[in-house]
Amino acid sequence: MRKFLTVVAFMVISIGLFAGYSNFGIPQIEPAPPPTEEKIDLGSMTMEQFVALGERLFKGKGTCTLCHNSLGRAPALDVISTNAQARLDDPRYEESGGEATNIEEYLIESLVKPSAYVVAGFGKKGTNDKESPMPDASSGSISFSQTELIAVIAYLQDNGGLEITVEIPSDVQASVEGEDDGDGEDGEPREAFTEVQDIFDNFDCEACHTITEEAGDAGPNLSAIGAKRDRNYLRRALLAPNADIAEGFEEGMMPDDLGQQIYASELEILLDYLSELK
Amino acid sequence: MVKFDKIAGRYFLKSNQKSLVSGLLIILVATVFMVNWAGLDAVRAAQSTVEAVEGATAVDGAYAPAPKLAESDYPAVAGINGRLIVWVVAQLHLWFAAFVLAVPIFVFIIEVIGMRTRDKRYDDMAYEFIKVSITAYSLTAILGGLLLFSLILFYPHLFTYLSTIFSESMLYYALLFFAESAVLYLYYYGWKWLQGGFRKWVHLTLGLMLNAIGTTLMLLANAWLTFMMSPAGVDAAGVFSGDSWAAIHNFLWNPINIHRFVANIAYGGSIVGAYAAFKFLTARNQQEKAHYDWMGYNANFIAICALLPLPFAGYYLAAEIYAYSQQMGITLMGGIFAWLFIIQAVLIGTLFLSANYYLWCGMGRSDGAKRYTKYIKYIAIVLVGSFLVWFTPHTLVLTNSELKALGGPHHSILGPLGIMPAKNTAVNIMIIFTFLSFLFYRRSNKIATVSWEKTGNIVQVALFTAGIVNILFLGTYHGYFTNTVYKVAASIPQVVTTLVVIVGSLVLDSFIYGKSRDVGPLHWGRIPERAQYALFLLAVAFTWLMGLMGYIRSGIRQHWHVVDIMRDASAQAFTPTLGYAANVVSVAALLFLAMVIFVFWIAQVSGSKTLPAGYWKE
Repeated sequence: MRKFLTVVAFMVISIGLFAGYSNFGIPQIEPAPPPTEEKIDLGSMTMEQFVALGERLFKGKGTCTLCHNSLGRAPALDVISTNAQARLDDPRYEESGGEATNIEEYLIESLVKPSAYVVAGFGKKGTNDKESPMPDASSGSISFSQTELIAVIAYLQDNGGLEITVEIPSDVQASVEGEDDGDGEDGEPREAFTEVQDIFDNFDCEACHTITEEAGDAGPNLSAIGAKRDRNYLRRALLAPNADIAEGFEEGMMPDDLGQQIYASELEILLDYLSELK
Repeated sequence: MVKFDKIAGRYFLKSNQKSLVSGLLIILVATVFMVNWAGLDAVRAAQSTVEAVEGATAVDGAYAPAPKLAESDYPAVAGINGRLIVWVVAQLHLWFAAFVLAVPIFVFIIEVIGMRTRDKRYDDMAYEFIKVSITAYSLTAILGGLLLFSLILFYPHLFTYLSTIFSESMLYYALLFFAESAVLYLYYYGWKWLQGGFRKWVHLTLGLMLNAIGTTLMLLANAWLTFMMSPAGVDAAGVFSGDSWAAIHNFLWNPINIHRFVANIAYGGSIVGAYAAFKFLTARNQQEKAHYDWMGYNANFIAICALLPLPFAGYYLAAEIYAYSQQMGITLMGGIFAWLFIIQAVLIGTLFLSANYYLWCGMGRSDGAKRYTKYIKYIAIVLVGSFLVWFTPHTLVLTNSELKALGGPHHSILGPLGIMPAKNTAVNIMIIFTFLSFLFYRRSNKIATVSWEKTGNIVQVALFTAGIVNILFLGTYHGYFTNTVYKVAASIPQVVTTLVVIVGSLVLDSFIYGKSRDVGPLHWGRIPERAQYALFLLAVAFTWLMGLMGYIRSGIRQHWHVVDIMRDASAQAFTPTLGYAANVVSVAALLFLAMVIFVFWIAQVSGSKTLPAGYWKE
């Protein structure tokens, strides 16, 4: 009996260790809840708000940033001002069955018929760039509504430095699905982040800046910024990014509305962290 | 949903599938009976389920789309968390199913070895295990029934939809279940009757049939669950085309089939090993000790043989998930699930270290093992090193002060070890060195007699060296000197290299030691008791790991019952945290192990006799 109890205790302790490690040895991340439907009053919406809605859909429900990010899994979308027209002009475009005649149509086609034209090197393996790994954004797990598709196009055009050609749908009421990402856009103020990584993630800093390894290079490398710039400079660079442009970078790349989105406590956490990067 | 069910019902009654309806109704009547008997407040839910199943989805020759559900479509039964019940019951059923599928494979192999070597010990061991699996088989069926009832009770519309698409295969499943029972009983009860000459061949054929039916059952059940991940044979709205084979042969069916088949063998070996270990620890004499030591060795050997290709099967499955849906693939390997693979690394490290430790301890059975013991410490260092590489996360979620101290979410030196090529390299190295442990064990009691032994050894060392260098080169080049997109390109050549090393070395070794002589008799039973705990750890780690991977396989569907087709609208549609999942898996694993102990105990009781002196009339 003693041996039996020893074996049972050994097994229980082993399972306890596995469970303990899973609970206390790794971070407990609360997964985002399933998207829920929310009513949007399109009638009172400005284009800026509509673009913000598109951005939320792009990063949330659309899960677009899973692939369209700095890791290069899918074509970069912040350079469509130069790339979109080039792709329309590509002889492969018509050959592969593309039907768009302008950039807006091309963007819509890319969202709902992603295999109509596949950017070279981004096709499914073994299909010779004939088939895109991207799902149809108007069906399946993404299932953007017409309004949502237009909002995403507005965001893509705005983000890519293009003129916004789409119009806000005239329906006064429309519903969109989105995850409650705590950004306050559903009327509730979000909670302030207390961890610097959460702030980076929320404002997508690493999409353009190398703060740590394997991050973006569209903005200045910040991995040792604390050694070069003082706290006041950094504050100005965050709140008024076009006041001083780092050498080799263009004006207007960094969003100038961070000051309207970031909480004071978060700004101080960022400044503390960046100042220490030496 | 009522309208949907009524419309669907008209078609179903027109179709000539009344036999299926009858079968399902019998099951449902049994459900209602059981629910009433149990006093649960679920009659309403069960009745709506009966309607739902009767009205299986078709209108005028065409099937209806997948239902769009609301939270109210999920019956509330006495405040019980339906997902939790289905989760635990499904996991318990799966563990037992894996066990009862694996044991006959294991038994069949041992019976063949016994027939070939004419060593009766193998036949006795095989019989001992099929005896154990009889009780386990009953528990598997009971848990399968419980799972069915749970699904009908808590997810009636999902069950209705799936049973519409898989009506034929569900019927065949039930029939095959009868066939498997019949063959299993014949196989077990006929063991001593069908002995010697032609009769033994008949018995072996029964074993083969048992395995064929068991595997077919697994393939059918796999089709249902993989349909939920990668639906086929339906359109975007979930309308069934009527092509059952297309639904069965969906994109992820074969990758799951291969992965589960190999994993079941490894799992069965580990459970049998734990049984042998316990019997060893409680053995009353040296003869029993020797017998169960020998049994434990054989079980561990089979578990390792299946464990070695398992990471490849897992990698193939993950690659196919990516190929099916990049989104699903990234959900699998990124976000919260990324941390799950760190837990998985701990578990797999435990498996490899336990299996190797048992082999090293087992070398004590031979007086010739001393020639190889000096190398064990180096193997241990490599295994631990590889485990630590696999264990290294890529991006760390840290507090602000930790981030400051580290200089970012990646450690400057260790961070690069977090990427997939480094982990692939580590696992291939672990497999090669585990094989090396086995090779040393195999050689420990042998003395080669061929004249070219030294040359053979040099070739073998060269093969290992070239293989390891190639694996390191491929991992380093593709991991750090190519674009992100090509980072995993090294995986297939690395796997091929590992296989070449293993197969090439085995072939060479069989020539070198083909006509070898033994150092002396093997001393079965001469193994420390602590080695038996390695076998227990192997079984526990396997059980727990299977539960954890079940969570991720199901979790990557996120808020979908059937991906992109039928949404989960229940209150439990969210993905639970890893800690919560680990707790559920732990409780389920404890329940499972308690049941396994019961199964083993019953098998032991069946062989015990009490002579009640004076009780019966003379």
